[in-house]
Amino acid sequence: MRFPSLRAQAAITVAVLAAGFALVFFYAPNDADQGFIQKIFYLHVPLAICALAGFVVAAIHAIRHLRSLDPVHDARAYVSIHLSVIFGVAVLLTGSIWARASWGKWWVWDEPTLVSFLIVFLLYATYYPLRYAIEDRDRQARYASVFAITAGAFVPLNFMAVRAAQSLVHPRVFATAEGGMPLRMWIAFAVCLAGMALLWTSLVRFELAAKSASASLSRLRRSLEGETYVTSGSRIAPGVPSRAPSPG
Amino acid sequence: MSAFRAILGKDLRVELRTLQSVPAMALFAVTTFVIFRYGLDRTALSGSLAAGVLLAAVLFAAILAINRLFVTERDEGGFEAIRLAPVDGTVLLAAKAVALVVYLLVLEAIAVPVFAIFFLDGWGGLAALAGVLVLVDVGLAAPGVLVSSIAANSRARDLLVPLLLLPLLVPMMIAAANAAEPLLVAGGPSYAGTGKWLAILALYDVVFLLVGYAVYDFLLED
Amino acid sequence: MPALPLDEAGKYVAAAYIVFLALVLAYVAIMAAKLQRIERELGELAELAEDRPRPSREELV
Repeated sequence: MRFPSLRAQAAITVAVLAAGFALVFFYAPNDADQGFIQKIFYLHVPLAICALAGFVVAAIHAIRHLRSLDPVHDARAYVSIHLSVIFGVAVLLTGSIWARASWGKWWVWDEPTLVSFLIVFLLYATYYPLRYAIEDRDRQARYASVFAITAGAFVPLNFMAVRAAQSLVHPRVFATAEGGMPLRMWIAFAVCLAGMALLWTSLVRFELAAKSASASLSRLRRSLEGETYVTSGSRIAPGVPSRAPSPG
Repeated sequence: MSAFRAILGKDLRVELRTLQSVPAMALFAVTTFVIFRYGLDRTALSGSLAAGVLLAAVLFAAILAINRLFVTERDEGGFEAIRLAPVDGTVLLAAKAVALVVYLLVLEAIAVPVFAIFFLDGWGGLAALAGVLVLVDVGLAAPGVLVSSIAANSRARDLLVPLLLLPLLVPMMIAAANAAEPLLVAGGPSYAGTGKWLAILALYDVVFLLVGYAVYDFLLED
Repeated sequence: MPALPLDEAGKYVAAAYIVFLALVLAYVAIMAAKLQRIERELGELAELAEDRPRPSREELV
């Protein structure tokens, strides 16, 4: 997908997100149980869905990387995981705020999705120490892909196990998503979800472009000055050649 | 098949002769029990506490073994030998996984009776617990061999193994703890719900064995 | 779970949205710093390239 251009996509992202938030605050009704607090749902859940989808996307890029050994796919996997981990931080922080507002505590072990997400986040956070620990670039990329695939297989297992462990006695804290949501809430949620997905893909393209520029810069410097110069390229996952990356 | 037997036989024979993993694991587990006795300030354990202490001890002892799993392969050129031989790389994965399961079974044969003597009221649930532990051992071995291979060729490998492995083991530990808890309750074991947790454990084992089988060759490439 | 009064609830909701905004802005700021560095190095390389004798410049393109 070489179109729309990153600039156009960014503009669309801003527009959709703004529209989504406007719908949240001016269109969607207040939740009967949780009141105004429930508005956090429109932020927290789309972020979580996009982060998890991002991990799956990374696993797909990793599979393509192992099959072709083309560093472009490794770069895409790396950036996908990077953005999903950052979104993950946002999920955990907004989830914590939501828990504090509805349950009085900054963390609740009773909310299975949040706990599952914490575990997944902790796992993917190890992606970076893993890459830094392996010096050989090709091996680093290969092992990272293996990890991304293994972790991708792990995510559904994890959610299932944590949910199964959920005591039936404790009520779910974030019960909104379960019980029937009125149509206006669904519309606001859908727009926010679309906006977050656009945000994720825009930031991925953004970071890939930056990596590509950095890699081209290294090559340019090397050809101008010779091998001995230390480049500004990243020590991990630099492997994007100078052709423009296309998303997904 | 013969390559598998050769590697497995070699590992087991080396372990039998040098005794470098299993005694340390057993000692570690028993010492951990003592620490928990004082850490929790209890002389008897049952139900979820018993399951948690036992599983945590087995888990950490397993990490000791997993750290050491590929040391000789890395030092003596075992990885190169496998690459050059006309054998599928997954043979190495299978052999190492089975070896690790054997070590863990021996460990549990020692540690579980000691645990029962230290903390448990009766030995009723132990037979079923053994079944749970077999699935746990496979669940430790499948991701363990994978992570050990990744870490063997990197720097800070002792650090990397627990870092990568522990999050991956969480669902397995959840299932194991929930399966073991009713078996260790004070009044005698109850088998309600065990089936569900055994199914999740088995699913976990199958998923990681399949994933390991699919990706292992890529780890062995130079 | 009784619903909090609007002014209290509003603070938490605002906090959540602000956290989101802060993360996005922090990310953009870090990327901007990286891009600035790339720009600076490009400038240096452009100077290097211009100072060189002609034949080498053609090799680059």
